[in-house]
Amino acid sequence: MTQPLFEVSHLTKRYGAATVVNDLSFSIAPGECLGVIGPNGAGKTTTIRMCLGLTSPDAGSIRYFPGGAASGGSGNGGPGAALAMPQDALAIKERLGIVSQFDSLDPDFSCAENLLVFGRYFGLKDAVIKERIPRLLEFAALTHKADAKLSELSGGMKRRLSLARALVNDPQLLLLDEPTTGLDPQARHLMWERLQRLVQQGKSILLTTHFMDEAERLCNRLLVLDHGKKMTEGTPRTLIAQNLEPDVVEVYGAGALALLESPLKALAARVEVSGETLFFYTSDAKRLLAALNDYPALRTLHRPANLEDLFLKLTGRQIREAA
Amino acid sequence: MNTTPTQPAATTPVTSVPTNPTNPASSADTPAQSAQSAQAATQPALQPAEQPATQPALFRPPQLSWRWFPVFRRNLLVWRKLAVPSLVGNIAEPLITLVAFGYGLGALVGQVQLGGTTMPYILFLASGSICMSAMNAASFEALYSAFSRMHVQRTWDGIMNAPVRLDDVVFAEMLWAAFKSLFTSVVILGVMLALGISHSPMLLLALPLLALVGIVFSSIALIFNALAKGYDFFTYYFSLFLTPTMFLSGVFFPRDQLPAVVREISSWLPLTAAVELIRPLFLGQWPAQALQHLAVLAVYGVAAFWVALALTRKRFRG
Repeated sequence: MTQPLFEVSHLTKRYGAATVVNDLSFSIAPGECLGVIGPNGAGKTTTIRMCLGLTSPDAGSIRYFPGGAASGGSGNGGPGAALAMPQDALAIKERLGIVSQFDSLDPDFSCAENLLVFGRYFGLKDAVIKERIPRLLEFAALTHKADAKLSELSGGMKRRLSLARALVNDPQLLLLDEPTTGLDPQARHLMWERLQRLVQQGKSILLTTHFMDEAERLCNRLLVLDHGKKMTEGTPRTLIAQNLEPDVVEVYGAGALALLESPLKALAARVEVSGETLFFYTSDAKRLLAALNDYPALRTLHRPANLEDLFLKLTGRQIREAA
Repeated sequence: MNTTPTQPAATTPVTSVPTNPTNPASSADTPAQSAQSAQAATQPALQPAEQPATQPALFRPPQLSWRWFPVFRRNLLVWRKLAVPSLVGNIAEPLITLVAFGYGLGALVGQVQLGGTTMPYILFLASGSICMSAMNAASFEALYSAFSRMHVQRTWDGIMNAPVRLDDVVFAEMLWAAFKSLFTSVVILGVMLALGISHSPMLLLALPLLALVGIVFSSIALIFNALAKGYDFFTYYFSLFLTPTMFLSGVFFPRDQLPAVVREISSWLPLTAAVELIRPLFLGQWPAQALQHLAVLAVYGVAAFWVALALTRKRFRG
């Protein structure tokens, strides 16, 4: 197994009596896209903040780039020692690309100026940045907007500019906190296409998201987080296969809830109720659907189990008040 | 600024010592020793070998690098685009005040007696009001504009996604506000020269002093920037601190007019020090007690920047 590019071990953060992140460990291999999913208040943002050195953990360690730490290490280790957050924050950020949940683009600058000014924070020479700007704008599909003011950009364009800005230092690892929240479907698809391109180029990505389709499409591996703890971890397909029956039959309409008392219940491994709808999780959808033919008033939907089912199974269906 | 730390103890990380309830012998020993021995005994059994980094002290000395420069340059680039309107706003108000009070009130007042010297009121007012303009320009920039960048636009958050420390960002903002203040001072001084208020060659010395005034007041303002929840908070700062400062520091009338107690307080205000240093230069004289006044400004500047930095670190510590 190759050495991970990024490794978090036994990370814990408490605020007063509340443990927001609880003994969390995970790692990212080079070229991998890891998705962190979880409901609001699960500890995603706190974890990201600790990974960025913005919040100090109460316990545990965060290590970046083992074996590749050419310079700037804190000194507790020989050549090839990993960089630790927060001690080596600056050396880490030289090689990291960050897209935070909220845009922090400069409203007074054009797209190209935003990239130039941000590149200077890395100590890059203007000539080097200016050479990179056309490629970055092209990547963000913003070449035609190079000199446009920020107020002329749509939400999707701003997110893509944020992504392009995070690439100005040619980072090995990208940390993306909900990169597509608030975007329309077209803008999301374009963003996904760009992120897939980055993974193909060999970049590693840590991504948090609320969208299961996004997680399934982009991530090699997923980590489900709730109440600050790791619920499970694996590839999207494996997680579904391990935790769920292959088929879901949704039943709704007048009298659907009465089925809970009927023998039909035995045809499913698990039945969940949400409002007026029943969810039958089953390995034998055929028999269940045949039996449901006796209830013509009810409407049914038969589909394969997906990541959203897994997410709801692991984290529950109740709305999180903390959100 | 990377000078000798005045609080060396603060920089040493404090390691928390776990107490061991399972070791009854520990209560007999001195607490520190027993806790240490208990820790040594249980060390191999304790899980992760890596201890988390302890939170560094808020009042540790500023950790500065040259990375403040791109942050300063960013502000310069924004300002270059908006320079003309911002110039008009910064300079029109002090000049209108100077002309209205200087010539209007000056006609009533005539000459002002200060120490052994007599001078026209317009000269008295001009030499004080340039200090006041430097104070106001630095304060505005380090309050409203810095707060926009820090809080509203999240510019600082973006900058710190790059390898730039908060210390460098705060330092850059302080220097930037001081620079803008100095720019305002230079333009106002130019107008005063054109109006023929003073032609003393010693006015050249006023420029570094006005830069220092900018540094002092932007540092003080950054303290309130660090504490602010919104723009409204700055109204208190202006009406409860800057306005009294303006009237107590001998800008509009000689400090001899003040009651003795108030005069004593006013002697230690930073704007008083600035006025006492700069006014004689308008008359072509050397300031009296220059070292004392410089020391007052230096102490305010260093202390205020230190406190501002500590409070900003606290604000950004999640």
